[in-house]
Amino acid sequence: MSIQVNSIYKSFGDFKALDNVSLEFPTGKLVALLGPSGCGKTTLLRIIAGLETADSGQVILDGQDASDRHVRERQVGFVFQHYALFKHMTVFENVAFGLRVKPRRERPSEAVIKKKVHDLLALVQLDWLADRFPSQLSGGQRQRIALARALAVEPKVLLLDEPFGALDAKVRKELRRWLRRLHDEIHVTSIFVTHDQEEALEVADEVVLMNQGKVEQVGTPDQVYDKPATPFVYSFLGSVNLFHGRVDGEVVHVGPHQLVHGGSTVADGSSVVAFARPHELTISKDPESLGVYAVIERVLTFGATSRIELIGLDINEEKTSQNYEVELTRLEVASLNVAEGDHVYLVPKKLSVFEHKGTAA
Amino acid sequence: MSKPLFKRSVIPGFGVTLGFTLAYLGLIVLIPLSAVIWKTSDLTLLQFWQTISEPRVVASLKLSFGASLIAATVNAFFGLILAWALVRYSFPGKKIVDTLVDLPFALPTAVAGIALTAIYAKNGWLGQYLEPLGIKIAFTPIGIMIALIFIGLPFVVRTVQPVLEDLDKEIEEAAASLGANRAQTVFKVVLPIILPALLTGFALAFARAVGEYGSVIFIAGNLPMVSEIAPLMIITKLEQYDYSGATSIAVVMLFLSFILLLIVNSLQAWTAKRTGREV
Amino acid sequence: MAGGISTALGAKSVRSGQKVNGATQESPWVRRLIIGTGLFYFALFLLLPLGSVFVEAFRKGLDVYLAALMDPDALSAIKLTLIVAVISVPLNLVFGVAAAWAITKFNFPGKRILITMIDLPFSVSPVIAGLIFVLVFGAQGWFGSWFLDNDVKIIFAIPGILLATIFVTFPFVARELIPLMEAQGKEEEEAAIVLGARGWQVFRFVTLPNILWGVIYGVVLCNARAMGEFGAVSVVSGHIRGETNSMPLHVEILYNEYNFAAAFAVASLLAILALLTLLIKTFVEWKAAKVNSELKEG
Repeated sequence: MSIQVNSIYKSFGDFKALDNVSLEFPTGKLVALLGPSGCGKTTLLRIIAGLETADSGQVILDGQDASDRHVRERQVGFVFQHYALFKHMTVFENVAFGLRVKPRRERPSEAVIKKKVHDLLALVQLDWLADRFPSQLSGGQRQRIALARALAVEPKVLLLDEPFGALDAKVRKELRRWLRRLHDEIHVTSIFVTHDQEEALEVADEVVLMNQGKVEQVGTPDQVYDKPATPFVYSFLGSVNLFHGRVDGEVVHVGPHQLVHGGSTVADGSSVVAFARPHELTISKDPESLGVYAVIERVLTFGATSRIELIGLDINEEKTSQNYEVELTRLEVASLNVAEGDHVYLVPKKLSVFEHKGTAA
Repeated sequence: MSKPLFKRSVIPGFGVTLGFTLAYLGLIVLIPLSAVIWKTSDLTLLQFWQTISEPRVVASLKLSFGASLIAATVNAFFGLILAWALVRYSFPGKKIVDTLVDLPFALPTAVAGIALTAIYAKNGWLGQYLEPLGIKIAFTPIGIMIALIFIGLPFVVRTVQPVLEDLDKEIEEAAASLGANRAQTVFKVVLPIILPALLTGFALAFARAVGEYGSVIFIAGNLPMVSEIAPLMIITKLEQYDYSGATSIAVVMLFLSFILLLIVNSLQAWTAKRTGREV
Repeated sequence: MAGGISTALGAKSVRSGQKVNGATQESPWVRRLIIGTGLFYFALFLLLPLGSVFVEAFRKGLDVYLAALMDPDALSAIKLTLIVAVISVPLNLVFGVAAAWAITKFNFPGKRILITMIDLPFSVSPVIAGLIFVLVFGAQGWFGSWFLDNDVKIIFAIPGILLATIFVTFPFVARELIPLMEAQGKEEEEAAIVLGARGWQVFRFVTLPNILWGVIYGVVLCNARAMGEFGAVSVVSGHIRGETNSMPLHVEILYNEYNFAAAFAVASLLAILALLTLLIKTFVEWKAAKVNSELKEG
């Protein structure tokens, strides 16, 4: 089922949780709503589910306006951040709940319920836990039961609120691969909310980046990572080096230095902020290089790559407050022959330029 | 000793505080209470049975436990509704209502007793309108029930309220998202979760009502075989210097209260298990 | 058209309020029914009796009211009630703090049983509470003859009233403090000891500030019961006017003499005490909640 939201506004008191959000979620895809806490992603998810009502705007499910439809009529499966399992029911009863509360005419027979629940438990690989109570399960198991319970009513959409948020790092990694495989099996249009960019990029078919109640960018994981549309997206997805300066034709003036950028739409002379990821920078000892002057603080090598931490230097060779990070292969570091304490130039291989709008991203 | 009974602690004062606690507990509570047992051992089984099987005593025990059961049931039903209203809704005067719910804990029982009598007596505030309808409350078991409802009122409200407050909103949202209507959500999800707390409140109200004296004797009228409660029977026996008789009734009441206490404790353990809260 | 829909939605969300969302809300008439039923129950069984105390007390005017309170027997009843409270409350306070300290700061076998024992007086009928002291100290009791020989009166005298009152108010402070101190753990006390504090200092400077509101709460409830106890005191008092009549007993006597206005006048004093108790209790709860939320924010 396709999901569409049109110009959704929602505020809590003075706080604008959602500010004119319009999105289209394609059928059968797994989409991540990604953003920092308080960006409105959970509110949007709850509005789609019908757990919250928008101040204005529409939620369109399968081409029909569902804004006025009650949550129980929307046929959405919702997996809560803290699972919200019914503690007084066994795992079996939890999963069967959605079937048992159907109106008498639609309610399946006991045998059908039994088969269906066991099929679902088998799908989430926890059939052997059917008679346990939620308090006897681990966090990862509870999460999977919550998912099975949501799937029992054959939802047309699956909505997951921070599905891995309450789990420890190892279980989290396992479970998100598992979720990806599960989605490939069942192909239900799914949206999940997360603040963890790694999670979003690894699991989702498509990522919606949100900040302060607005959509910043929509795209595949590759698109949003490689071609960030806004400074926010740039800094939110992975580490990044910032250069504040003024654009002038092919170059950005950063203090006394010049950096070559990869083309920009910003008018000459305007104040800009330029971004380069650690692997998009290289180091040069040549004083003629078009780069920013800095001193190497530390060289950290893990496996085949090295991370080099630097601090900017001003014209008097005094340290500034600017920190930089460069990622090179171990071989490159060896051939450059750099060591801690060396004064070097940071040269971007790729530099993205955005107009500086007062507030730094 | 290979395994010390008491783990050493750096915090001081264990000996003094535990010693004082045990001594005070023994002097004020345990030794006097054991007097009942001592006195009972003086009785022959026959004496005990004779007192307990007196029609007036049987009637009083039946009345005490019966009226308490009904009062606790009324309190469980309405207490749940009041607790729900206090937790879930806002209405004018809510803060005052919430504060005054504890009044029966703070108001001396004798005051409650005369106040209720003033209301329900034949010429009382409500009694004067009920009497012509043929409804007699004061000096009947109904009056006793009303007094017992009054003193048991806070128990259910105060045991259910915190559980209802702690109840995760997500649980109800989950039920709704799975297609349950509001009534199904309330009856299949919410009520089962608060049931142990509700039963605890019921048991506490019941236990309190069984032993209640002050608020009941004024409105009861204390007619033998009709509106005489068990605690009053104890006092009657005492006034006749029939210490054995008084003790016999006390033993029956203590025994039943003890069983109730056990039930309350296991209910609380059950509540803890259901709601995942540590007690 | 879309514009029309969104305004309609906007209007609806304003009506339905913010806090509770549609998914977890009853329909308005169910809500009204629940509130109405709850308030009816509250008003009928609670508010009405409370109100009647004051109306009846002033039914015959302020002069009768004041005369009833100035009556020598009434004054001596008030005095006795105060004496009993002044002695029994501090004793139970000391006990409550000591018991909570031993139970929450240390591990020892039989702790659960001890907690149950402390609760015992709550599950004993007040009449039985009085009875046990008659059995121990009465003329035919354990120590009765010894006291009789030495001309010491316990039962039908003030010591008996005191003992019965201490018994029925026994658990109040301990019961309030045990869960509170349990929740607070013992890390702060251990830290204080590492920093060199000694026994009393640990309590005075670390524990007491943390449990102060709990102590006040327990004391207020304990005091209300001590001043208002009827059943237990009634059994041991002997009802000697001007001597062993506490305020609740005095209310009973006046009532049984059909002196309703005077009975309700004395009762109104006790009702005011109850209202004050609830006021302080609410204030303490509010204060504790504030401290808690400040701790969480800080």
